[in-house]
Amino acid sequence: MDLNYSAEDLAFRDSVRAFLAAQLPPELQDKVRRHLRLSKEDFVRWHKIVAAQGWAAPAWPVEYGGPGWNATQRHIWEDECARAGTPPILPFGVNMVAPVIMAFGNDEQKAYYLPRILNCDDWWCQGYSEPGAGSDLAALKTTAVRDGDHYIVNGQKTWTTLGQYADMIFCLVRTDPTVRKQEGISFLLIDMKTPGITVRPIVMLDEEHEVNEVFFDNVRVPVANLIGKENKGWTYAKYLLGHERTGIAAVGRSKRELAFLKALALRQQKGGQPLLRDPLFAAKVANLEIELMALEVTVLRTIAQEHQGPGPQASVLKVKGTEIQQMLTELMVEAVGPGALPFDPAYLEGETEHAAGGDDDAAPLAGYYFNYRKTSIYGGSNEIQKNIITQMILGL
Amino acid sequence: MDFSYKEEQQQFADALRRWAERDYTFERRRAIIHSDAGVSPEAWATLVELGMTALPVPEAQGGFAGNAVDMLVVMQELGRALVVEPYFATVLGARFLQLAGGQEELLARVAAGEVKLACALTEAGSRHDLAAIAAVATGTPDNMGVSGIKTVVLHGGQADAFIVSARHQDAIALYLVEADTAGVAIRDYRTIDGLRAATVSFDHAPATPLGAPGQGWDILEAATDYGAALLCAESIGVMDALFAATLEYLKTRQQFGAPIGKFQALQHRMADMFIHLEQARSMAMLAAVKVDSADPEERRRVVSAAKARVGQAGKFVGQQAVQLHGGMGVTDELPASHLFKRLTTLGLTLGDADHHIERFIAQPGFGETD
Repeated sequence: MDLNYSAEDLAFRDSVRAFLAAQLPPELQDKVRRHLRLSKEDFVRWHKIVAAQGWAAPAWPVEYGGPGWNATQRHIWEDECARAGTPPILPFGVNMVAPVIMAFGNDEQKAYYLPRILNCDDWWCQGYSEPGAGSDLAALKTTAVRDGDHYIVNGQKTWTTLGQYADMIFCLVRTDPTVRKQEGISFLLIDMKTPGITVRPIVMLDEEHEVNEVFFDNVRVPVANLIGKENKGWTYAKYLLGHERTGIAAVGRSKRELAFLKALALRQQKGGQPLLRDPLFAAKVANLEIELMALEVTVLRTIAQEHQGPGPQASVLKVKGTEIQQMLTELMVEAVGPGALPFDPAYLEGETEHAAGGDDDAAPLAGYYFNYRKTSIYGGSNEIQKNIITQMILGL
Repeated sequence: MDFSYKEEQQQFADALRRWAERDYTFERRRAIIHSDAGVSPEAWATLVELGMTALPVPEAQGGFAGNAVDMLVVMQELGRALVVEPYFATVLGARFLQLAGGQEELLARVAAGEVKLACALTEAGSRHDLAAIAAVATGTPDNMGVSGIKTVVLHGGQADAFIVSARHQDAIALYLVEADTAGVAIRDYRTIDGLRAATVSFDHAPATPLGAPGQGWDILEAATDYGAALLCAESIGVMDALFAATLEYLKTRQQFGAPIGKFQALQHRMADMFIHLEQARSMAMLAAVKVDSADPEERRRVVSAAKARVGQAGKFVGQQAVQLHGGMGVTDELPASHLFKRLTTLGLTLGDADHHIERFIAQPGFGETD
């Protein structure tokens, strides 16, 4: 048993740190660290900087433009990005649709889409969830009916993250309503500019426009945009979901946020001393820090077994990772107390000159807390993850 | 990084597992617990024969120089089988001797299985604070005597010699005291989990100083951190056994026409137990790797984090396992209830979760904000 990084790993980490120090624009870093809202331009700008270095898709095979990193190197990369405070590389193209195209797409599709995904030429969004489906994904109702060289798509998707910016959406659609619900599903790529598509914002409880409803009204999609075989989409969807990485635990980001929480609690006072010295508050922070230490080792253990392929262990990481993220935001709000009350959307967009009264650090925290209630719901709710653990690991 | 066990480590584990499954069955253990001695000379002889007493002792004293990761493997198996023999007390005592230096002959006898040790560290009212010591040592280095009463001395009634913490001229110091010497009175009793412990009274008992003057507290802390890491490992073994027993029960016990494991309310409890166990296992591994660290701050931080997290998991897994076993879970005839009792006492030994959370907070690293 050896829990230290090798000399090669450490050298790799140094090269990543040097890249981030030189290439991460300070204004992006500042926005991320201060929990301000990121614009479309912020995401694209960072993606293109990373793409120019050849590191935008750490998990891709080299033949498609991946850097050829092993699991430990990918972990170090994610950890260092989180530590530095980079904007995320959005997963919808790089980590979700791309592996499906690589595994099941035809040569033409691979040649066209993959380089564009790598370079962020298209903004992708996800068309899985539907109002009546949720965690029961296979209950989807959006239909695609063949009409010559086209499918005619009708229906509605929801919870489409950042779909308001999207050029492309990957969708699960029902192509055969007469068979078992998992068997009549196909995987379609749809251009968001196609006539008949309407995007309607869903404003979240922190008043952020982060997700959308997407309506399809007789939308004509070329058959060339079908991935793999008709009615085999459920297989591809499961492949996509099984392609989860250990990054789902977000240990790196939580470590950065823990440091933020402590700095915050050192500045806040209680009874004439820093809040972090208050035994009740310190105990909560300590419990959280220990849980995070344990999760980091659990992630590393999972990585060490990665030659066995991604497994249901990812469900453990999802549950624990999101619980920790939520507890971090909860304690941030608790730390600033009534300072969490002022709500200033203009400040969150980066307008600091006329910020509402109070501590600048405190301004985004309540919104952050409310926004992060989503984490135990999305990506398969934590209850669904526990079902996966009981069925796939425990055999109940 | 590498989380796997070396071949020799796996061999130790396999040998212990085979022995426990064959000779240290639940029924055999029950007979040992209810015997007058409370421990088994045969079981001890087997542990010695398997090399367990030699494992953590340096090669110069006839040992195998095993590190804490080697001990992790052993302690997990002893936990799994709920072994009540005085192994941990002896190994912890040996750790004191190694850290203090100068007791090579005694260490060699420990390695050979000829001597059992016990650590007399806690007193009435000291709770988890090992620095709360009222026992005193008086005299000259050549003629030292220890006086005081030590409580819940694990396997104190089975030991040939004690490591005793006492105050000497206001400083914490450590002493070696023979069990059958003048001024030592031992009251041996059973603990709730079937082990043995004793209240040991020292009345100016002849004592040999351990370690250089001024080193007492550092040695005491380092040795008990090692002990805490071992208890974390033992807890993982107990939890593994309890988890497996509970899972099996959920698959077989029928109610409302189905195995009770088909009910989601119970499934989610099992999933929560699994998550606790995996997090605790990670911390037990981390503690085993870091407890030998040259940096005492790092050692304290990680061991306290591990003891706290494993303790919390032990409580959760233990309580849930009993609940899931229903009425059977609260009977003496079921192994699960004994695993639960052992988990509970492990949580209370060498510092409970709250104690270690407090200690974790007290380390300088806690205030770091990058």
